[in-house]
Amino acid sequence: MAWFKRDKDSIQSPVPPEERRVRTEGMWDKCPACRKIIWRKDLESNWQVCPKCEHHFKLGSAKRLELLLDDARWTEHDSELTSSDPLHFTDTRPYKQRLREARQKLGMNDAIVTAEGVLSGRQVICCAMEFGFIGGSMGAVVGEKVTRAIELAIARRCPLIIVSCSGGARMMEGTISLMQLAKVSGALARLDAAGLPYISVLTDPTTGGVTASYAMLGDLNIAEPGALIGFAGPRVIEQTIRQKLPDGFQRAEFLLQHGFLDAVVPRPQLKNYIASSLEFFLA
Amino acid sequence: MDMDHQKRALDNLEQDVEQLRKATGDALSRTDLERLRGDIAQLKREFYDNISPWQRTQLARHPGRPYTLDYVQHLLTSFHELSGDRSFADDPAIVGGFGWFRGRPVMLIGHQKGRDTKQRLARNFGQAKPEGYRKALRLMSLAAKFRRPILTLVDTPGAYPGMDAEERGQAEAIARNLREMMRLPVPILVTITGEGGSGGALAIAVGDRVHMLENSIYSVISPEGCASIMWRDATKAELAAGALRITPHDLENMGLIDRIVPEPEGGAHLDPAAAAQAVGDALERALAELGALSVADLLERRYQKFRRMGQFFADLA
Ligand SMILES: [Zn+2]
Repeated sequence: MAWFKRDKDSIQSPVPPEERRVRTEGMWDKCPACRKIIWRKDLESNWQVCPKCEHHFKLGSAKRLELLLDDARWTEHDSELTSSDPLHFTDTRPYKQRLREARQKLGMNDAIVTAEGVLSGRQVICCAMEFGFIGGSMGAVVGEKVTRAIELAIARRCPLIIVSCSGGARMMEGTISLMQLAKVSGALARLDAAGLPYISVLTDPTTGGVTASYAMLGDLNIAEPGALIGFAGPRVIEQTIRQKLPDGFQRAEFLLQHGFLDAVVPRPQLKNYIASSLEFFLA
Repeated sequence: MDMDHQKRALDNLEQDVEQLRKATGDALSRTDLERLRGDIAQLKREFYDNISPWQRTQLARHPGRPYTLDYVQHLLTSFHELSGDRSFADDPAIVGGFGWFRGRPVMLIGHQKGRDTKQRLARNFGQAKPEGYRKALRLMSLAAKFRRPILTLVDTPGAYPGMDAEERGQAEAIARNLREMMRLPVPILVTITGEGGSGGALAIAVGDRVHMLENSIYSVISPEGCASIMWRDATKAELAAGALRITPHDLENMGLIDRIVPEPEGGAHLDPAAAAQAVGDALERALAELGALSVADLLERRYQKFRRMGQFFADLA
């Protein structure tokens, strides 16, 4: 796609600052893959893919829906659901405060957007997780919103797409969070029985309870290049085996090789990939 | 541990009363004696009702606690252990097989921990790998084929967080079990007997009834794990155990479990046979209740049971 391969070294781009100098706040990013300095505007106009090495940065939930849905239009559902802090959880700070800050920072009430829209001419239910909201973690609200989205897909006889980006179950809601894994997986059993397609898109990172429930249960499981995907996080594994993990362990390409993904699909091709898959299932 | 100290004090109190009785002969009236004994029994009950979440965690992990194969011995006759996931290996951290439970044929599946160091290593401390969860699903599907109810016993620190487990799809194995257990057309009865450690526990804990032994825990993460992430200090585990609300009473209040199975005084490790009896009585009652339901009814109720879990949010609209 043209916008992806576009030459970013045009004369309009300012000259990157020296690496040793303090960055001009908010204007520049350093790519962790190629270590080059990128103008943030270039990154934004390229759907957060490094124009120099194609490293995939995290994409926010709204941008994700813009990427996938026609005319960047959708109807959001259940956006007003917000956690009631059922455990009155406090660690070094109250969970209520963490929630408040996340809501203010992102202008959303929890870590997922569940939406109805059109993908390449086809009505779909599309959910996009927001990593910026407490690590994209799943508590009662995420579990409920995903379950409602699945039930809506069944009611509308629509395909379902869930883009995961999550550290797993939300600790601050304890066992309630754990039960969301069962709740969502049960709803997916019904979607499956209804003969409707579910495409799971795993992005960097997808770990813990989200991987161990809906992210791994797609009719198709597809991932973005380089995405970290696993049950246990790398640090926990390293503590268990008392050694460093090899490069590439738990990355999308590794999972593809081990048989847990159907394909690794770069972001620029994602929409077309999903559209042609749905065409195959539903035409 | 503080708890042992308190327990000893209570035991001493009991001995004191006996000595008092011997020393005073008939001078101590029968009613006074009964009253003293009653008071001590009351103190003991209160003590065990009020032990802290961290103390309950210790009891749930007690090395003398009955494990799945102990329950099998007490509850089943003619047990046939079945092995292997038909794909990669047999996982000794999960055992399963069929047997007769109080006159009816059942499939029983549970985590298995070891008693001594050698056994513990062989059982991987009850931490299953994907092949364990896949074996469990294979046995459950077999039970469904022959319309046999499924009993699962849950006691694991968690799914094994190792390289081999990840390579073979730990997350996929757990996720598949969650989805498939939701639609197996036979009664599934779950008992948390010790540690209900996160996804590794839930992977065999989706069912029509979820029971918890009085001194078991059920949690999204271990108190130690939570402490090291949230407090960046694993020694804050005691605090985390309280904050996470992992005890049977808390979970019953939140509507996440159906029944608390009482343990013998002092914990299941002091009288495994009595603990097994209590687990069995609760299972027998539940089996009788579920046996009256049609398959469609059973599955609808199972779905709604989990569907309702965690209605803890406000609608700002
Ligand atoms: Zn780069």
